[in-house]
Amino acid sequence: MARILTGGDPATRPMTRVDLAVIPPVREEGVPVSDNQAALSEAEAHAAALAALTAPVPETIGDGGPELVQLLTPEGERVDHVGHPEYSAIVDELTDEDLRGFYRDHVLIRRIDAEATALQRQGELGIWASLLGQEAAQVGSGRALRKQDYAFPTYREHGVAWCRGVDPLNLLGLFRGVNHGGWDPNENNFHLYTIVIGAQTLHATGYAMGLQHDHAVGTGDPDRDAAVIAYFGDGATAQGDVNEAFVYAASMNAPVVFFCQNNQWAISQPTERQSRIPIYKRARGFGFPGVRVDGNDVLAVYAVTKVAMDAARSGQGPRMIEAYTYRMGAHTTSDDPTKYRVSADVEVWKLRDPIARLKAYLTSSGKADQAFYQEVEREADELASTVREGCLTMPDPEPGSMFDHVYVEEHPLVEAERAEFAAYTASFQGGH
Amino acid sequence: MTKLTIGKAINAGLRRSMERDPKVVIMGEDIGKLGGVFRVTETLQKDFGEDRVIDTPLAESGIVGTAIGMALRGYRPVVEIQFDGFVYPAFDQIVSQVAKMPARSLGKIRLPMVIRIPVGGGIGAVEHHSESNEAYFAHTAGLRVVACSNPEDAYWMIQQAIECEDPVIFYEPKRRYHEKGEVDLTADTAPRALFAATVARPGEHATLAAYGPMVKVCLDAATAAAEEGKSIEVIDLRSLSPLDLDALATSVEKTGRLVVAHEAPTFLGMGSEIAAAISQRCFYHLESPVIRVGGYNLPYPPSRLEEEFLPDLDRVLDGVDRALAY
Repeated sequence: MARILTGGDPATRPMTRVDLAVIPPVREEGVPVSDNQAALSEAEAHAAALAALTAPVPETIGDGGPELVQLLTPEGERVDHVGHPEYSAIVDELTDEDLRGFYRDHVLIRRIDAEATALQRQGELGIWASLLGQEAAQVGSGRALRKQDYAFPTYREHGVAWCRGVDPLNLLGLFRGVNHGGWDPNENNFHLYTIVIGAQTLHATGYAMGLQHDHAVGTGDPDRDAAVIAYFGDGATAQGDVNEAFVYAASMNAPVVFFCQNNQWAISQPTERQSRIPIYKRARGFGFPGVRVDGNDVLAVYAVTKVAMDAARSGQGPRMIEAYTYRMGAHTTSDDPTKYRVSADVEVWKLRDPIARLKAYLTSSGKADQAFYQEVEREADELASTVREGCLTMPDPEPGSMFDHVYVEEHPLVEAERAEFAAYTASFQGGH
Repeated sequence: MTKLTIGKAINAGLRRSMERDPKVVIMGEDIGKLGGVFRVTETLQKDFGEDRVIDTPLAESGIVGTAIGMALRGYRPVVEIQFDGFVYPAFDQIVSQVAKMPARSLGKIRLPMVIRIPVGGGIGAVEHHSESNEAYFAHTAGLRVVACSNPEDAYWMIQQAIECEDPVIFYEPKRRYHEKGEVDLTADTAPRALFAATVARPGEHATLAAYGPMVKVCLDAATAAAEEGKSIEVIDLRSLSPLDLDALATSVEKTGRLVVAHEAPTFLGMGSEIAAAISQRCFYHLESPVIRVGGYNLPYPPSRLEEEFLPDLDRVLDGVDRALAY
């Protein structure tokens, strides 16, 4: 199963050119060294590696490189990933209805996202973190999960939340300031949004350790075996917690898939500020496979995630997926990306739009027609209207409720302050 | 009754909790074969297996963060932080995640976990091994903070902390680990509630409140004061969040004077909160200002100076004298 991932087993697969460039002085046992490499002195190899590491960021927009798993070109052409027919096999099992479902997910979540952005602009939300451009990464991975799997999101996983069945209004509630996340995590096995960057990767790893303790891994029972998916961004890869999560997951062989959406930007800082090597390659250093997938290609994301989750569920330990995508909008509605990135980049990524390519594929392959697209549009309009109405009529929480749930068991200070607050509030009643 | 050290009493309490509830797991650095650097978890891994006594990688944020995940899956993790000064790498996980998660989930999530921390100085250690950081955690809504001072409490309080549905920071008096006392291992119920203070020694002229390693210092101070005809009531606070202000107020209303002693620096320490709360609550009973005796407001000094830094019997008595001077 491990061979299916692009990286394969790091201990046995031949090294690639990039591998040698980044870690030249280390000669791994059993790894053939080419004549060319052997001819280089250690010092020369080291200098070459250093030059590769410190090379300026190319001015052209990164396309993910040759190892990027892509099954649907930006033009919507269905292709295979060289050397890995298993990804295509997974996609070939999808029915036309599944594929139309993916399209519907994309359109509806993008519409919810646009409506939320509009609501923020109109003062109805305090802030919104848009997922624009990342729909395929979220729908592809979200749809690859089983019911018993558990997802640990950041605060931008609206598409995954959608796939898990979380009411979009619950997401808006957080950004409106009505609550910190109003859904029951165990209802859909979708944890609350985590705001502190990367903290949730440790929770995900611990949950995965819990699955191991519950013998819910590697039994062969498809309804019992479970795995965890931990979402995070390229910026989070700099966080200590994320690196500790990698260490713990590897050490415990925990069934967790680390799903990094590399959207190229951590607010104003490009990925190169966080990592000198492609993010997926870091997995190898921690002792588990990593793969880079075209994050705007829902088919590839679905296939790669399914393979990784299957491996984790079957007891093969952690996996990392780097979904190579782009944050088309601002970091949040408070951000101004024109101050730090050029619009030409955005234009390039517009040509890689996940919805356009899926639609092109569905149309050219005859899997969907205009009537279907029109129906999805109508549904999106209806959903947007429901979301808007729900947001505008969302009641503020009862003020005294802020004292609820701080502790499960009674806490005298909280109870004293609750009473004090109630008495103080009551003292105004009728007076104003 | 069995004579146990505080360390052995905690070990016995952990063992009993693990026997009672299969969901209790222990996580930390070097806690398995070694039994922890203070041997508090000695033999537990041998008896309960590596699945329930988990030697973790050397990363504190990882210990607490993964323990949260275990708790989310229905386990009751008991986490050992090796030394007080090493809890800071886990600060975000404790303060932003453990403390807030139940509230931010509107009660959907419970995190019944215990974070054990050996606390305080007096063992001649290098820096970062003698900190008293209880105020950080007592200040944080969502956490409960307790500190045991004797073997009987150590035995029961660790079990009660594990049974608590809220996260509990459990402070263990490092320099007292080897002090012995009687523990009834056959009893089925705890002699007192986890979050209640106790009168460790009754008295009339002044109240001396302490917790953890300072309780013994205060009891010794009360004995010395008695020789001079001063009757000092010693209150063992036991719980720092919530604070048992009722018990404290009852004592202060009787004695009219309060001295609070702790190893932590006094500025914004537990003594500050207690002074404010008791001043407000017992204003007409107080015969003197509330006096704080604590560590100086410095980084913990090199161990050759810790005897000067830590409040000892004489400094506690000096505090008592200052209260009695009014």
